[in-house]
Amino acid sequence: MNAREKLGKYRPLTYYQLMEVTLRELLVEKGLTSEAEVKAEVEAMRARTPERGARVVARAWIDPEYRKRLLQDGTRACEELGLEIPQLKLVVVENTRDTHNVIVCTLCSCYPRVLLGIPPDWYKSRNYRSRMVREPRKVLSEFGLRLPRNISVRVHDSTADMRYLVLPMRPAGTEGWSEQRLAKLVNRNSMIGVALPDVPAAKKKPKSAKTRAR
Amino acid sequence: MAEAKYSVGQKVRVMESYPVGHVRTPFYIRGHSGTIERICGSFPNPEELAQMRDGLPERPLYRVRFRQKEVWPDYRGTDADVIEVEIFQHWLEAA
Repeated sequence: MNAREKLGKYRPLTYYQLMEVTLRELLVEKGLTSEAEVKAEVEAMRARTPERGARVVARAWIDPEYRKRLLQDGTRACEELGLEIPQLKLVVVENTRDTHNVIVCTLCSCYPRVLLGIPPDWYKSRNYRSRMVREPRKVLSEFGLRLPRNISVRVHDSTADMRYLVLPMRPAGTEGWSEQRLAKLVNRNSMIGVALPDVPAAKKKPKSAKTRAR
Repeated sequence: MAEAKYSVGQKVRVMESYPVGHVRTPFYIRGHSGTIERICGSFPNPEELAQMRDGLPERPLYRVRFRQKEVWPDYRGTDADVIEVEIFQHWLEAA
């Protein structure tokens, strides 16, 4: 392989790539935005990671008053932690001993990006979007989460102006843990509802808590 | 904020209507009955926004809870399983 080939082969732009470049160049040319602004926005988007959501969950685990405020008004409770939720309302849904929540957007791919960052590809797939509403237990089991029938499944279809975040149950064996330590257990999938939080390392992972590799 | 016609716990039915254009009411839920879980506030009408209009006046938006067994006759989960969907008031009627 010569140096030139190492740089990669030329491939023509796909339809959507071409559309993006065309639109972006037009907007810049007309002075409606600038390349710098676009770059800053992309970087801000990349900087948002599920760690933001995990902070919210961990706080709710250690502070019952905060948890109450979070369930009542998710947007405002996030702002308390300095997490701005622009232009939408955040609804936090709580998992309990008898209810498990899971989030989907059947119409497109609405996702709490501001707390979880860029959505995983499967979240946007037709397979997940169409089947999660119709056979949630089967889809959850494909993620390795087999729910007993005494736990009811509550699916949230994010069809309009709300965005959802699942507040998972605090794992057993974490009594007295600090907020920072707890936050490390909160994986992205547990906040979508297709997994449980990680279990404390000392204990053996129960089968039902196994999550798909992130 | 536009006045909300329905209250939490009230039984409602999603209209079985198939207009053309951009609509935020999923097909699978049209014609089904559920109960109001919460009132989300009022928001510009997305059907108007999609036509480049201002979407005003704002429309009340609800979260409606449906029993999965009512939505899918062949549903294989439990009787207690539910699905919640955001529906605008102009898509609901008292059931």
